[in-house]
Amino acid sequence: MAMGGVQAVEPGQHAPAIDLPGPAAQVNLSQLQGKLVYLDFWASWCGPCRQSFPWMNEMQAKYGTRGLQVVGVNLDNKTEDATKFLAQVPARFAVGFDPQGDTARRYQLKGMPSSVLIGPDGKVIQVHIGFQADQRQALETVIVAALPAAR
Amino acid sequence: MKHMGTSALLVLVLGGCSAMAPPQAWEKGALAKPEMSMGGDALEQRNAQHVYASKENASGGAGVGGGGCGCN
Repeated sequence: MAMGGVQAVEPGQHAPAIDLPGPAAQVNLSQLQGKLVYLDFWASWCGPCRQSFPWMNEMQAKYGTRGLQVVGVNLDNKTEDATKFLAQVPARFAVGFDPQGDTARRYQLKGMPSSVLIGPDGKVIQVHIGFQADQRQALETVIVAALPAAR
Repeated sequence: MKHMGTSALLVLVLGGCSAMAPPQAWEKGALAKPEMSMGGDALEQRNAQHVYASKENASGGAGVGGGGCGCN
C-alpha cells in the first residue's frame, strides 16, 4: 500500500485509520475490528446522501445484532450544517465529524456519497460511489454475504 | 531587464486559474452555496429565464423541442 492517500482505496487493502469525534461518541475504526463496517462519507449539501440515511438506518437495525456497524463520516466544513441535517434526518448509527476532510483525502473519494465496506479483518471488501434507489438490493446482498455471523 | 520581469509576470498571469487544483468530491459543498450561482437572486434568474424562453420559443428556449411560428 502506498504511503499517504494519493492512491484510491481498493478492495483487499487495509482500510485507512479513522478516529473522529461524533455527536454521541468518538468514532474509531480500529476499535471496530471484528465487525463488518459499512463506512459512508456524506455531507449536508449532498442530495443522494439524504436519501441513503433511511436505508442505512434500516441496515443497522436489521443486521446490527449480526455484527454490522454503519459509520457515517460527515464532511461538512461547518459541523453545525451537519447537526442541522441530523436534526431533520435522524441517523441511528455511529456518526463522526471530519470538517477538514482528512479522512476523505486518505480514502481518495471520487464522488459523494461514497461507501466503503470493511470486513471484520479490517480489509476493504467493496467501494461504492453514489446512492441510487435501485442499487439498494445489490448493496444489501454484499453486506449479508460479508456478515461475520454468516461465515 | 525590466521587460524580463514583465514577461515573467505575464507568463504567471496567463496560467490563470489553471494553476489551481479543481475541488475534490467532498469539497463541492462550497459550489452549492447560493453566492456561487452564475445568475443573481432567485427572482432575477426566474425573470431572465422567462424572457429567454419567450424570445426563443421557436427554437425551444432552454428546453427541447420548439416549433411555433418561427418569428422572433
